[in-house]
Amino acid sequence: MREKLIYLLSAAAAVLLVRNLYVIFLALPDEAQQGPIYRILFVHLPSAITCFIGFFAAGVCSALYLGTKNLRYDAVAAASTEVGLAFATVVLVTGSIWARIIWGIWWTWDARLTSMLVCWLLYAAYLMLRNAVTEPTQRARFSAVLSIFAFTDVIIVWKSIEWWRTQHPGPVLSIRTGGGRMDPDMESAIYWNLVALLLFAVVLVLVRIRQEEMRREIDGMRQAAHAF
Amino acid sequence: MLEARNLMYMFYGFLAAWVILVGYVVTLAARERKLKDELAQVRNLLKERESAR
Repeated sequence: MREKLIYLLSAAAAVLLVRNLYVIFLALPDEAQQGPIYRILFVHLPSAITCFIGFFAAGVCSALYLGTKNLRYDAVAAASTEVGLAFATVVLVTGSIWARIIWGIWWTWDARLTSMLVCWLLYAAYLMLRNAVTEPTQRARFSAVLSIFAFTDVIIVWKSIEWWRTQHPGPVLSIRTGGGRMDPDMESAIYWNLVALLLFAVVLVLVRIRQEEMRREIDGMRQAAHAF
Repeated sequence: MLEARNLMYMFYGFLAAWVILVGYVVTLAARERKLKDELAQVRNLLKERESAR
């Protein structure tokens, strides 16, 4: 059942991604002030929302693990964090490339960029912590606490462009601004790419959960083999 | 000149995004293969121990 779902979602994501690439590169015109480089936004912003959703799911599952001690929640939290971190890397790299053209610099220590870098470091630390602790329940408990703590930074990243005056542009999506900041066709392309990347992320999380289950099965059998 | 640079960096941006995501998928696939091998090895070990008892 899960295999079928993975193939189905992969196919849907692939079709949508191809459709979106056509729209982004061939249907939409260049932005008047930025030129073609603005198209990076169609990857940058959906990747950011995807990674935040991944980190949110990880936070929720971590809290559920602490409440129930069910290791399935720990597996989902670990999978969502790892996939979220891959998308967070895309956010930092694509943002930096865009900044090189628009601002003339690769990086600046403004609130949005700095809090996003801290976010990346916190979740990278989460994965390092999981590798460092071998005992499964201890690993799950420590990483759940770190995941919940790390999510507070996601809120800071999200709100930073409202709380502080940053070099990073302000909100552009009409759900945050009430509309008028972006052409509706461009905004629609962002949402479509968000759907495609979310489907892709779900596929990766499902594969990663399967791997966590295999790891647990191996650990269980190893213990049984030592008991002989 | 500036237009060409702008276009080139847009290409770099998309390329970087896909290199990161495809790289992650390759890592996942390699890990899956390794786990399957490990699972098969442990199953064999368990069978051997059970038959030796």
